[in-house]
Amino acid sequence: MFEVDCRGLSCPEPVINTKRALKSHAEGVIVLVDNRVPLENVTRFAHAMGYNATSVEKDGEWKITIKK
Amino acid sequence: MEKSEKRLTSMVKTSGCAAKLPPSVLHSVIDKLPVMTSDRLVVGFEGSEDALVYKVTDDIVAVETVDFFPPMVDDPFAFGQIAAANALSDIYAMGGEPNCAMNLLCFPSCLDISVMDKILRGGIDKVKESGAIIAGGHTISDPTPKYGLCVTAFMDKTKVWRNSGAKEGDVVVLTKAIGVGVINTAVKGGEASPESEKAALDSMTRLNKEARDAARDLMVHAATDVTGFSLSGHSLEVAENSGVTVEIDTKKVPLLPQAEELARFGFIPEGMYNNLDWVNGKVYYSPSIPLSIRDLMLDPQTSGGLLLFLPEKDGETLVKRLNKDYVRIIGRVKEKGEYSVEFI
Repeated sequence: MFEVDCRGLSCPEPVINTKRALKSHAEGVIVLVDNRVPLENVTRFAHAMGYNATSVEKDGEWKITIKK
Repeated sequence: MEKSEKRLTSMVKTSGCAAKLPPSVLHSVIDKLPVMTSDRLVVGFEGSEDALVYKVTDDIVAVETVDFFPPMVDDPFAFGQIAAANALSDIYAMGGEPNCAMNLLCFPSCLDISVMDKILRGGIDKVKESGAIIAGGHTISDPTPKYGLCVTAFMDKTKVWRNSGAKEGDVVVLTKAIGVGVINTAVKGGEASPESEKAALDSMTRLNKEARDAARDLMVHAATDVTGFSLSGHSLEVAENSGVTVEIDTKKVPLLPQAEELARFGFIPEGMYNNLDWVNGKVYYSPSIPLSIRDLMLDPQTSGGLLLFLPEKDGETLVKRLNKDYVRIIGRVKEKGEYSVEFI
């Protein structure tokens, strides 16, 4: 799956980058974040777009898998 | 890039009232500070008041407040207007009329000096509208621009509104729509509609003067203004200080255009999550409230409206007098229950 690295970015950038990535990879993407704010916001965005979003945390970083 | 072409909002990490320190952090320090007392100090740190009230004569008090923050809009004139309206609001929230104001400005050396001129002119514009005078101030060279005012009002000591004293049976009136934190976040990402952006700008630059004037002769039991700690946080402060429970009907809370949609799509400022941590366990959100609406109840507002607690008849009079769709009765005050604030 296409990976969007949003580590170190602050909102709304992670949401904007996820939106762009989903435009070219409509089947789904993986988003990497290192803060709970983009974790929550990207998850909200995925749900609002009709996707499922699941996240796994490791060492203060999250891997959000977004797919239909 | 030319000096003057730099976008103001690109120079800041957090903006407007969303740049406030998280309430939990702030309280962990100020709650332990030594409390200064004086016969002349009528209101100090206690009860989370933003302003201090100082006895000048037996009848007259001085209300003093200071507020400043980094820009949430790119137009420097509008930023000056918003920062001034926000600082002046602390006086209106206490029922006063601002008398004099001073500038507080942090300005980066990389910006064109004309930007500074526009920020200060925006401030003057709003102070003029308030009827106060502005002079003097202080400027610091700082990589992140910040602007605000120190404002003083002299008033009858019996006419000061406090953020405590709300009584069972009161209604809660809010005088501006909610959602500027979310909209400002979306504007940064180029995702807010022009209509939404304009509505947020109009709301942030609007003085709370008219709302204060309209409520002046009514039986206001408690008042505050809704800023960085959100509708949830500021309702909580009044509820806790008054020993009551405040019930707010989310369907009645006025929202800015597109705010719900933008919240649903995740354009949420960090301050919302800080507010959520702070109110946890003290504020109840009915499970029937959609997540986007709950988020908006926690959205940090910049230059938000007044939140007034007054008898039902007076609340209705106030809403009728102001006659705007964004001025509404949004809740009521009940006997203290398990939670200090309940959103239904």
